[in-house]
Amino acid sequence: MAANTRDIRRRIKSVKNTAQITKAMQMVAASKMRKAQQVAIATRPYAQELVRMLSPFIGSLGEDSLAPHALLEDREIKRDLVLLIATDKGLCGGLNTNLLREVARFAPETTDFVCVGKKGMQFLVRSRRHVLAEFELKDNFNFFDAQAVAKFCLDQYMNGSADRITVLYTHFVNTLQQDPTVRIVAPVHSFDVENVTLGAAEGSLEKASGERVNEYILEPNRDSLLEKLLPHFVFFKIYHLILESRASEHSARMVAMKNATDNAKQIIKDLTLEYNKLRQASITTEILEIASAQMVLS
Amino acid sequence: MATLKLEILTPEGVAYSDDVEMVLLPAELGEMGIYPMHVPLMTRINPGEVVVTKDAHKLHLAIGEGFAEVTQTRVSVLADMALEEQHIDEAAAQAAVERAQARIKEAAEKGAQISSEEIAAVQVMLAKSFAQLKVKRRRH
Repeated sequence: MAANTRDIRRRIKSVKNTAQITKAMQMVAASKMRKAQQVAIATRPYAQELVRMLSPFIGSLGEDSLAPHALLEDREIKRDLVLLIATDKGLCGGLNTNLLREVARFAPETTDFVCVGKKGMQFLVRSRRHVLAEFELKDNFNFFDAQAVAKFCLDQYMNGSADRITVLYTHFVNTLQQDPTVRIVAPVHSFDVENVTLGAAEGSLEKASGERVNEYILEPNRDSLLEKLLPHFVFFKIYHLILESRASEHSARMVAMKNATDNAKQIIKDLTLEYNKLRQASITTEILEIASAQMVLS
Repeated sequence: MATLKLEILTPEGVAYSDDVEMVLLPAELGEMGIYPMHVPLMTRINPGEVVVTKDAHKLHLAIGEGFAEVTQTRVSVLADMALEEQHIDEAAAQAAVERAQARIKEAAEKGAQISSEEIAAVQVMLAKSFAQLKVKRRRH
């Protein structure tokens, strides 16, 4: 009996420790999530302005006067390049599992992968996919880091070893919901950047004013401007998607850790109840024993 | 006096936003000073120094690569870097200059081993660091 209550006490203690750790991780994830969302929101003015700058070119996209840019032409899809944006660390609920399930959409023979985040890499290696490169997902991921990733992908596209760049990432809907999403970034079909936490295409073309390209003086000329703007647009889009994945990661982790803490608390409650019951039972039997001994003696 | 709405944006956020009298941009074909009622224009921006004139005061910013759009009432600059004087880390910029120069020298000696793209990237880095130093050391 005594051994049993001691066991329960020990278990309560260990569950309490676990709860403390998950609680701490929940706090950390919450603050990181807030930061990730702020960073994502901070890109919004830039995104709108970039779309606005590109919008005068749209009107003339179909016209012959525009020199065809590799990023605008539709090629026959022989090889896919998939940029997989996963997380470095686990403990974020079903986020990576859901995301990696989507990998099955792509045929192993014709798909190359570029991976951001260790968890994605581990999965790709395990499932014997062809991986071209892996990038680390640092805590303070900035535009230059994203540019390195994006440039690598774009180089593959430009030199013809990939005919399409697809990004597989986790779309941030809200704190409780994140959806694995597939998005094509090259060739460029439309110039809209969806915004994190809003979901609405705030920077979409309808909003951009209808100024036409011929109203602008273009320096040095249209083609060379477009040549820089288009890749830049792709860079920015990839940067944006990585930020969105990070916001998703931290919210998913926060929710997972919150559930873990709640579960631990429930277990502590149950165990304490059981412990008290046992204690009471043992006291009762003890009293009974004393009382019956007394009765025998008298 | 008429003013221009100047916005300098980086992917990390809004670096500068105000109504100004004049702005000097390091455009690709040379520096250009822009006053209100300028002809609509779009250009690429080279790393360099942006000088903003507001209330007869001049503000200097170091700027990276990017694009600028000018209309009659507004100027928007998209750049990968935009730093005011007080945010520039002189030592870091100096170190970056030395690193870039060492790399270029190495490239010149070894020749073909370093791709032309990498040299271009290093040169951009160098130009950006120089821009920072120029703004930082202007008064000193």
